[in-house]
Parts: sequence; structure tokens; C-alpha cells
Amino acid sequence: MVIPGLLYTKDHEWVRLDGSIATIGITDHAQKMLGEVTFVELPAVGASFKKGQAISVVESSKAASDVYAPVEGRVIEINDQLLSRPELINQSCYEDGWICKMEVTDPSPGSGLMDARQYAKFLKEQ
Amino acid sequence: MPFISNTDQQRQQMLAQIGLSMEDLFADIPASLRSDLADVPSGLSEQEVRDRLAAIAAKNHVGLTCFLGGGFYDHFIPAAVYAILSRSEFYTAYTPYQPELSQGTLQAMYEYQSMICRLTEMEAANASLYDGGTALYEAMMMALRITGRSKVIIDDSVNPIYRVMISSYTSNLNIELEQTYCLEGLVDRQQVKAKLDRKTAAVILQNPNFFGCLDDLSDIADMAHSVGALLIVSCYPISLGLIKTPGAMGADIATGEGQCLGLPMSFGGPYLGFMATRWQYVRKMPGRIIGRTVDRYGRQAFVMTLQAREQHIRREKATSNICSNEALCALAALVYLSLLGTHGLRQVAQLCADKAGYAFDRLCQIPGVRPHFRTNWFFNEFVLDLPSDAADVIGRLIERGFAAGFPLSRYYQGMERCILIAVTEKRTKQQIGMLAEALESVL
Repeated sequence: MVIPGLLYTKDHEWVRLDGSIATIGITDHAQKMLGEVTFVELPAVGASFKKGQAISVVESSKAASDVYAPVEGRVIEINDQLLSRPELINQSCYEDGWICKMEVTDPSPGSGLMDARQYAKFLKEQ
Repeated sequence: MPFISNTDQQRQQMLAQIGLSMEDLFADIPASLRSDLADVPSGLSEQEVRDRLAAIAAKNHVGLTCFLGGGFYDHFIPAAVYAILSRSEFYTAYTPYQPELSQGTLQAMYEYQSMICRLTEMEAANASLYDGGTALYEAMMMALRITGRSKVIIDDSVNPIYRVMISSYTSNLNIELEQTYCLEGLVDRQQVKAKLDRKTAAVILQNPNFFGCLDDLSDIADMAHSVGALLIVSCYPISLGLIKTPGAMGADIATGEGQCLGLPMSFGGPYLGFMATRWQYVRKMPGRIIGRTVDRYGRQAFVMTLQAREQHIRREKATSNICSNEALCALAALVYLSLLGTHGLRQVAQLCADKAGYAFDRLCQIPGVRPHFRTNWFFNEFVLDLPSDAADVIGRLIERGFAAGFPLSRYYQGMERCILIAVTEKRTKQQIGMLAEALESVL
């Protein structure tokens, strides 16, 4: 499942851009590949990340995967709910299972990211 | 039986098939790095090997009365420790990856972890590391991961062997190691305060420290926490039967050498590193962790847990590159502590402290022998000033049947006349008296 209106990375993160605020999560494809998520390590609020830096770790019963910052910026909010309910990533990866919100410092945050159509094509080619 | 079963003829056939010579196969290794194995002599018979090794072993001084410490201690080991350890169910067990086949080993490791937690008053322990030094190094790396910082403060009263290990492990990493120097055997708060800042990941201390001195590190824990740094304390488990624990002092990670818990002093080990931490840091802890759970019928069961930290899942991003542990040595510690119990451990610790106190007083009566530090709060080990070079004196006492102590000049400049003496529950009043007489006679 790919949602229109979001931007995507090759590492299967999604970004919802709302002005200078970017909400970040992992895609449906990513959560399916990981299987049952058992733990999510969240970044510290206030921490800054460059594009491509590891910002979070999602652990499942069979793997632990880094989540890379899809944009450059500073973390302004984290999804605390994931600490007690990591399964939200499986149940609702694009809504309740968001990981964090960043204030974007990159002037053209969308550059290098795919739109829904491109990402769907990318998945097909995998 | 040869390790490689191919005959010369088969090798020639294989090489001919691919059109290469034996030399070609090693072409990638520079000639200067290749060892010349042509001179390896042919083997010896079993009897010749036994005789040869026995002759080498006979050069050791064995049966010395031991007052030597410095991280390893001559404690009594009940016979039951070895009897249980040498059961083949434990002795030959491999990594318990299949819990359905390894409940005994896993339960033992779980109980070991529980005992390390009780001993240190920390919340979570791993299933062991190689030794006290690697445990301390791993604790430092853990603090760097937790804080995302790169500076570490370590006091010179931490075991110098551990410090050498830390600097050698980290010499190619981007870590700023800052050393503080203890004052009269105690951590100098001013120095620590001056070096502590928001770039500091951890302060690494030891209690009792390498000189045997005791220090309540609670205030340093507070100082470290106030700038977001962690306190790592390396400790001597037997002492925890009596003194304030790392947990009670507010340490974030406690490590140590577990040799004193049922393992003999042997040159090079195998020894036992232990590590315990707070719940909040458990996912950053290296090493194997055993957990207790229930099976599908609700029965108690033990499994390896939080494995996503480890190499077989997280690959190069694992919490540690050391992917083995010291399960059999950890079992020895478990059996030892189980045999002693809470009261037994306290009794052993009290005997060590009492006998060390007696030895300190007795040895200080010898003309020319003086306490090195002004205050002498110690557990079972202390530093004395001798009137002449300590290494020489120790050498002369070996001839009289004593391993009298450790010459501190080996690691500390300006301590040429200082001897570090350890006294365990095994030493008798008579042995202490004989050491005093022997020492007096060689001075």
C-alpha cells in the first residue's frame, strides 16, 4: 500500500511535508518486510539530523533496522505511544505509527525523494 | 591425523585443473607478512611432550603463601564448585541458541544474572563478558552509545591493566580519553569537576580502587548526572558483601572481574567479566542476556532475549563485536555464590577486611615500614612504603615462600618503594606473622 501525497525514500521511509514540518514513518512495504515490530528506539527531541543519518531503530522479532532521516532538520516531536505500543507500526504505519516530526532546515526538502507513483514503480522493480 | 585430508597428489591435480601454482594462491599476501613454516620440527611423542611441559612447569614457584592481589585474589573455592562445573551437561554445552534443548544452561545463566544484580544492586545484568578489563571497555563503549558523546574521564586509580586495555582498544577510534590523578588514594573531586562537561559520556572509576582504597562515589555520580554523563564503576564482588554497592552510589553501569567468585588464579585466565546496568539502558548493553518467560502452556521457560542488539541480527551495528562469553566461569560464580549465600558472602568479606586490618597493623610495626596514604580506608588490600626498592624485597621474599605483594613501580612512577598487599579469608594469623618476620629479616 502506497499513499498519494507523501514522499518516499529508497530505504522505505515516508515523509509528510506540511510547511516546514516533516512527519516521518516507515512504509507499509517496510513494516511487512520486518514482521511483528517489538521495539522502536526514538530520537531525542531537539536533536538535529542530516539527511541519511540514522534517526531511529525499529526492531522486530527477526531484524533490527535503522530508520534514516529523509530530510535535514531538528526533531520537534516524537511518537511516545510507540514505546508501549510498537505494534502501531504494523497496524497503522502511515497514521498512528508515525515515528517523529522534524522542523526542516533543508531549503528544498523534497529533492531526491520519490512521490507515490515513483515509489510504487520502485517497489515493483525490486 | 592431519587437519587437511587432501594428499599432495590431489592438490597437484586441483592446481593443474585451475592452472595455478601453490605460490599463486598466496600472491595476495605480501612476502614480508608470510611466515616461513618450513622449519617446523616434526612432532614429539605424548611422553616427550609431558616431560617437556613438566620441566617448564617446574620452573614456577608453586605453593607460595599468597598476599598478591591487584585484581585477582586467592579466595577459598569449595570443592562443590568444580564438581558441579565439570558435569558434562554444563561442561560441554554450546551456545544455547535452541532454548528447547538448553533449559538447564539457560536457567543457570538467568540465575547468574540475577545474582550479579543483587550483588551490585543494579537492575539488569548480561550473561558475562571475557574479563574485568573487557567488561570495563564494553561499559565505556555503551556509555558512548547512550550519550552520543565522545569524551571519557578515567582515574589513574582504576586498574592499570584495564586502562591499557581501554587505550589499546580505542587507539583508532575517535574518543577523547582524559585522565585524572587520585589524591591520597581517593578520587580528586576538583580534577573530575574541571574535566566534566556536556561533551563527557562517562566517568570511569573503581571501588575499592587499585590501591585498595575505599571511596563513596555517590557525589561523583551526582556530578556526572548533572551534565548528562554516566558513572561507570568497576568493583570487586567479594567486597560488596560488606561495602556500599555501585547501585547504591548511583552508578549507571557496574562491571568487574569475577575471578574471586570460585575461579582459581591462573596466568591468563579464563576469567569472568560481569556487567550490570539500569533498566533504561538494557537495550544498549552488549553481550548475551537470558530472560525468563512462559511457554504456550504457561510453564516457566528461559530464552536468550533482546537478541536484536547482537551480531547475528544487527551485524556491524551490534552493541559489541565480542559475540562470545564466559558461560562456564559464570556458572562457577553462580555455584560459589549459591554455596555461600548472603550471610556466607558477608562473612567472607568481613574475614578479608578483619585480617587485612590485622596485617596492616602488624606490618606497620616493622621499623621502616609505613602506610603510604594518610587515610587508610581499605577493604582487604593496602599500600605500604618500604625502606628500599619494593620489587627487590618481593623477589627476596619469594625465596622464603611468600608472594608478598605487588610492586607498584611497575605501573606508577615514583612508587618504587611501594608494595600493594592483599589479604583474603584464606590467610591465617600465623601466616601473617610469618610474613612480618620474613619481611623484617630481608629489609
